[in-house]
Amino acid sequence: MSSKVRRKPRIAVFKFASCDGCQLSLLDAEDELLGVAAALDIAYFPEASRAMVKGPYDIGLVEGSITTHHDAERIQEVRRQCKTLIAIGACATAGGIQALRNWKDVDEFIRIVYATPKYINTLKLSTPVAEHVPVDFELRGCPINKHQLIELITATLAGRKPNVPTYSVCVECKRKGNVCIAVAQGVACLGPATQTGCGALCPSFDRGCYGCYGPMESPNTESLSNQFRILGQNNAEITRAFRGFNAWAWQFRKASEESERT
Amino acid sequence: MSKQATRTIKVDTLARVEGEGGLYIKLKGDQVQDVKLKIYEPPRFFEALLRGRNFAEAPDITARICGICPVAYQMSAVHAMEDAFGVKVDGQLRALRRLLYCGEWIESHTLHVYMLHAPDFLGYQDVIQLAKDHPAVVQRGLQLKKAGNEIVTLLGGREIHPINVRVGGFYKLPARSELAGLTERLKWARDAALETVRWVAGMPFPDFEQNYTFVALRHPDEYPFNDGRLVSNGGLDIPISEYDANFAEEHVQHSNALHSVLRQHGAYFVGPLARYSLNFDRLSPLAQEAAREAGLAPVCRNPFKSIIVRSVEILYACDEALRIIEQYEPPEKPAIDIHPRAATGYGCTEAPRGILYHRYRLDEEGSILDAKIVPPTSQNQKTIEQDLGQFVPKFLNLPEEDLLWQCEQAVRNYDPCISCATHFLRLEIDRG
Repeated sequence: MSSKVRRKPRIAVFKFASCDGCQLSLLDAEDELLGVAAALDIAYFPEASRAMVKGPYDIGLVEGSITTHHDAERIQEVRRQCKTLIAIGACATAGGIQALRNWKDVDEFIRIVYATPKYINTLKLSTPVAEHVPVDFELRGCPINKHQLIELITATLAGRKPNVPTYSVCVECKRKGNVCIAVAQGVACLGPATQTGCGALCPSFDRGCYGCYGPMESPNTESLSNQFRILGQNNAEITRAFRGFNAWAWQFRKASEESERT
Repeated sequence: MSKQATRTIKVDTLARVEGEGGLYIKLKGDQVQDVKLKIYEPPRFFEALLRGRNFAEAPDITARICGICPVAYQMSAVHAMEDAFGVKVDGQLRALRRLLYCGEWIESHTLHVYMLHAPDFLGYQDVIQLAKDHPAVVQRGLQLKKAGNEIVTLLGGREIHPINVRVGGFYKLPARSELAGLTERLKWARDAALETVRWVAGMPFPDFEQNYTFVALRHPDEYPFNDGRLVSNGGLDIPISEYDANFAEEHVQHSNALHSVLRQHGAYFVGPLARYSLNFDRLSPLAQEAAREAGLAPVCRNPFKSIIVRSVEILYACDEALRIIEQYEPPEKPAIDIHPRAATGYGCTEAPRGILYHRYRLDEEGSILDAKIVPPTSQNQKTIEQDLGQFVPKFLNLPEEDLLWQCEQAVRNYDPCISCATHFLRLEIDRG
C-alpha cells in the first residue's frame, strides 16, 4: 500500500433542461451535506460553488433532459469526463414534463411562448440522457428522493448495488397501512403502475398517485387504463394521466397513445 | 483618459444562482457600453404545454418550473383558478396557505443567505469552504433551512414539488397536534433568524444606492404573501387583474432576454427589497425591531443589503408561522367545492424572489385555453443590467479577478432564478 493519502473521489453536478429541484435535493440534505462534502470532493457544482474544477470526475450527476443541439453535444463531453454517470430525476431519465412537446409541433410551441421564434434554437424532442449516452444508473423521481440520492452516492463509493426498489407505489402504500383510495374512494390512482420512491405520498394525503417516479418494473398499464374507465374516466383523462412528468417513459408513452387512439 | 481601450468582463457560468446563465460586460475606457445577463438555460415552453390541460393540473405542472420555489407557482396558480371560477378561499384554509408560504420563504431565503450570498461577503467560494472556518454558523443555517422545509413537508408532503395543494384548498388537512409539533422547532428557528439578522448586518457593504421603482403586493393589514393590490413607490396601485394593462414584455435588440417593464416608465424591481420597502409597517414588531437594530431604514435602496432584508423576512416568516400554528383550528373540509366555468383568472403572489403573475383563460369544462406566467427574475432582468452598468465604473481600479467577483455578487444580490425565467426568456447565445 502506498503511504500517499488517497485522493477523495470527485463529484460533478451538471444541469440540462430542468427546474433545479433534483440538484437542490443535495443541498436539501441538511443533515448529510457536510458529511457528503467530507467524503467527496465536490469539484463542479455551479449552483453551489464558484470554484469549478476541470474533469475528469469519478461521479457525474446529470439533471435535466436534452432539448437543444448544444446540449446534445455537451452531454457527450460530460459522459467522457465522468467515470460513473448518474441521471437524476424525471427530466434526465424520461424527458420530463417538457417532453409533452414530443406529441406537438415544437415550432407552434415556440410561437406560443416567444414573439421572435427565429431566436429559439431547440430540438423537436425532449429526451432522456440515456437516449444519447450510456448511463450507469437512473435515479427516478420528480423530484428525486434525497435519501435515495445519498444511498446511491454511498453505494457508488462503496462499489455496491444501491438499494433503490423498482416495485410499485402500491407495495409501499400497503406497507404503510393506508386504506386503498382507488378501492375505497374510487379515486383514479397511478400507484399500481408507478415505481415507488416517494413513500406512497399522494395516497397518504387522500389523492391519487400522479406518477412522479415513472413506470415500475413491469406495469400493467392496459389493465390500469381499464380500471380508470370503470371509475368513469374518459380517454382524454386517461391520456393526460399517463402524459405527465414521465410521459416519454416508453410504458407510459404507449399507454397514453393507446388511450388517445381509442 | 486619452486611450479608450476596450475591455470585456465575462463570466461564462454564473455560479450560485438557480439555473444557467452568464454575464458579459463591455467597456470602452471607463464607459460601460454593454451589459448582458446571458441566459443559456434551454426553454421548456410551459405556457404552451399547459394548453389543453385541466385547471386542476396547473398547480402541479407549474410547480415544475422551479424546484426552489414550487409553492409560489402552486399559490399563484390556485389563486388564478379560483379567481376565474369566482370562489374565495378564506379562514383557516387561507391561513394554512400562508403557513406553507412561510415555510418556502424560510427555506429559499436561508438557502440564499447562507449558501449562495454570504460566501461572497466573506470571501469564500462556497458554503462548504465557509463551513471549514465557521462550522457553527453554517450548522445554524442548515438547521434554519431545515425548519422551513419541515413546514413545507408537513403541509405539502415533501419539500420540493409538494403534493397537497389543490384549487380550493388542500387534499388533506393537518391535525392541530401535528402543527403544534413544529412549535418548539420554530421557536428555535425564530431565535436563529434573529442571530442571522445580526450576523449579516455586520458584513461589509459597498456604498451603492439606486433610485429604484419598487413593485410589490400590499395588503390592508398583512405583510404580503397571497393577497393584495399591486403597488409601487411611484404611485401604482392596481388590482392584479390590471397587471397586463400596466406591465409589458419588451424585446430589446442588444439583450438576450425578454424584459418586463412598467408601461410609460421602464425598469422596475421586485423581491425582498421592494416588498420590505413598501410594507415595512406590516412587519411584526419583532421583525421591525431587528431591522432597525441591523441599521436598516424602513426603505432600503442598497441591493447588497438584500441579504439583511432576506434575513428579516426569515425572522418574520418564523414569527408568522408560529402565530398561525397557535391559532389553528382545523376547518370542516380540506377544500371548498369548485365548479369550472368559461372565464379568465388572474393570480399574483409573493414568491421569495418577488411577484409571480399567472393568468389563465379557461373553457366551460375547466380546460386551459391559454396561460401566461411572469416570474420574478424576468421582471428584474432590466434592473440587474442597469445596476451593473452603474456599479462597474465605480470599481474599475480593482484587479480583474476581484472586479469579476464583485460583478457576480451584484447579480447574486437579486437571487436570480434562471430556471424560472427561462421558459419565458428569448434565447440567443452571443459568441461575439
